[in-house]
Amino acid sequence: MLFYFFAALAIVASLLVIAQRNPVYSVLLLILSFGALSGLYVLLDAPFVATIQIIVYAGAIMVLFLFVVMLLNAPHEETDFDERTHPMLRPGPMRFGAVLALGLIAELAWALARSAPRSTFSNAPITSVAAIGRLLFTDYAFQFEVTSVLILVAMVGAVVMARREDHGAKR
Amino acid sequence: MPSLNDYLILSAILFTIGTAGVFVRRNLITILLSIEIMLNAVNLSFVAFGRALGTIEGQIIVFFVMTVAAAEAAVGLAIVIALFRHRESLNPDAFTALKW
Amino acid sequence: MFDFLSTNSFLIAQIGIVVVIWIALQLSAAVMVYAERKVAAYLQQRVGPTRVGYAGLLQPIADVVKLLLKEELRPAAADPILFYLAPIISATAAFAAFAVVPFGGSTTLLGLLTEPLPLHVADVNVAILVVFAITSMGVYGIVLAGWSSNSKYSLLGGLRSSAQMISYELSYGMALAAVLVLANSMSLRDIVNAQSGSLFGIPQFRWFLFFQPIGFLIFFTAGIAETNRAPFDFPEAEQELVAGYHTEYSSMSFGLFFLAEYINMVTVSAVATDLYLGGWWLPLVPESWGWLAFLAKISVLLFFYIWMRWSLPRYRYDQLMAFGWKVLLPVSVLNLIATAAGVLYFGL
Repeated sequence: MLFYFFAALAIVASLLVIAQRNPVYSVLLLILSFGALSGLYVLLDAPFVATIQIIVYAGAIMVLFLFVVMLLNAPHEETDFDERTHPMLRPGPMRFGAVLALGLIAELAWALARSAPRSTFSNAPITSVAAIGRLLFTDYAFQFEVTSVLILVAMVGAVVMARREDHGAKR
Repeated sequence: MPSLNDYLILSAILFTIGTAGVFVRRNLITILLSIEIMLNAVNLSFVAFGRALGTIEGQIIVFFVMTVAAAEAAVGLAIVIALFRHRESLNPDAFTALKW
Repeated sequence: MFDFLSTNSFLIAQIGIVVVIWIALQLSAAVMVYAERKVAAYLQQRVGPTRVGYAGLLQPIADVVKLLLKEELRPAAADPILFYLAPIISATAAFAAFAVVPFGGSTTLLGLLTEPLPLHVADVNVAILVVFAITSMGVYGIVLAGWSSNSKYSLLGGLRSSAQMISYELSYGMALAAVLVLANSMSLRDIVNAQSGSLFGIPQFRWFLFFQPIGFLIFFTAGIAETNRAPFDFPEAEQELVAGYHTEYSSMSFGLFFLAEYINMVTVSAVATDLYLGGWWLPLVPESWGWLAFLAKISVLLFFYIWMRWSLPRYRYDQLMAFGWKVLLPVSVLNLIATAAGVLYFGL
């Protein structure tokens, strides 16, 4: 019952994300979608993933998006032609892209509808945060360390790329 | 009581919504947001499978996917900022200098 | 009707706790308004409000009535949905964070209930993370307020304030992680119960404050920066930035921001008490009266908040950010490493 509520919320919010013109509204609706997904994770007996979804995605990444949208004063899509016509009617690549999206939906729906009989969930083992931590530091320790290097690289890269280029002229 | 199929169908729907967003929208930031939707749909199917198979590996993969998504969002937004500074526009159709 | 009450008494008690906490938080905000003005007055060698009621005790009521009766203004160029959504998000995040904070042992309401009712709204086994998650949602209220007001001061104040909040969240989280290492559990109730041992022969005195003094200072400093209180209140300082992100707000929207700020202070104090000051454990106090000890400890921390606001000069914004990233974060990481080493070698 709760599953259907959260699922409907996630789908509606995601649809509105890609349908909204104003990027600030898109970001806020995506945060709502992440909240719904977090609820679904709680239903799947994964409270740790649910809370770090809120902390990392909704609390940090989306704040970053919101900052960029606000600092760039991001305009919404230009040209009255774009705003007045439906994506299916616009010429060229956009119509092809919309057709491809519909094709993908049809394919996935077909593939899932003819799959194995509906399997309900078995009784899960206790998924405690301690168990996740133990695995992360023993079996997956290498991946963990590599991830930290990845974050460092991303941080340095982001700072370098977003920097203004007029340092040479100011001397 | 929802079954594994229900979660997979939901994940597929969210993934296609994200893909449609990437194809159809003409605003760089919305395209990045659609990529985040896709990553989240994949996270959901990982956790659902992890629960169905009774292991905890699903949640561990989600941990790594979230980290990589954060790094990718940061770098992607830095690129968007650099591009915006250059052309004052967020429409990907404005960056056609290398087209033949 | 009494039959219904007695069979569902546990459910009624649970709902009762939710209502009690809600009302108590609002009353605490009102008490904080009065306490702030009185303490500030005595720190500045004057007497503060004395006219409304005996010794000014009804002053908060006068303030609330004034706020309710003011005209609600909205700038014409402001986005109406976001403009009214921002204080709602702030206030909701402030209240919601208290849902997982336990404030007492358990009570049987002097024998009315058949089984003891634990004094919290919900006992989640990842409670620390939930508190952290909800406080990071509070950033959105501020940044949306700054953006939707469509004015220079608001936007600058909103962006600076939210940048400050997300920077200090890191040290906040590291201090939390150090307590996690000591307590071996993420549930706040387990952490408080881990502090109920005895230290140097004094019962119920094994507070984490004595094992992690630096951690407590880091947590409290980050908490002050999170709630945008002095000396970290540059983004909403009257002399520098008009009023920062709530410049364009009036009447009850401003009241909601005000309320959210005070309740955030109460939440940070409550979580700090649970994590470091032993929650509701105090030597020579029985567990069923522990909630009074909890209230006393929160009051001490709130007094520190007010004292610091009116004694210390405020940090300039770049000094504030430099402090958060270059001083507080390395110290909190070292604190975590030291705590982990201590637990490993001394078996705490």
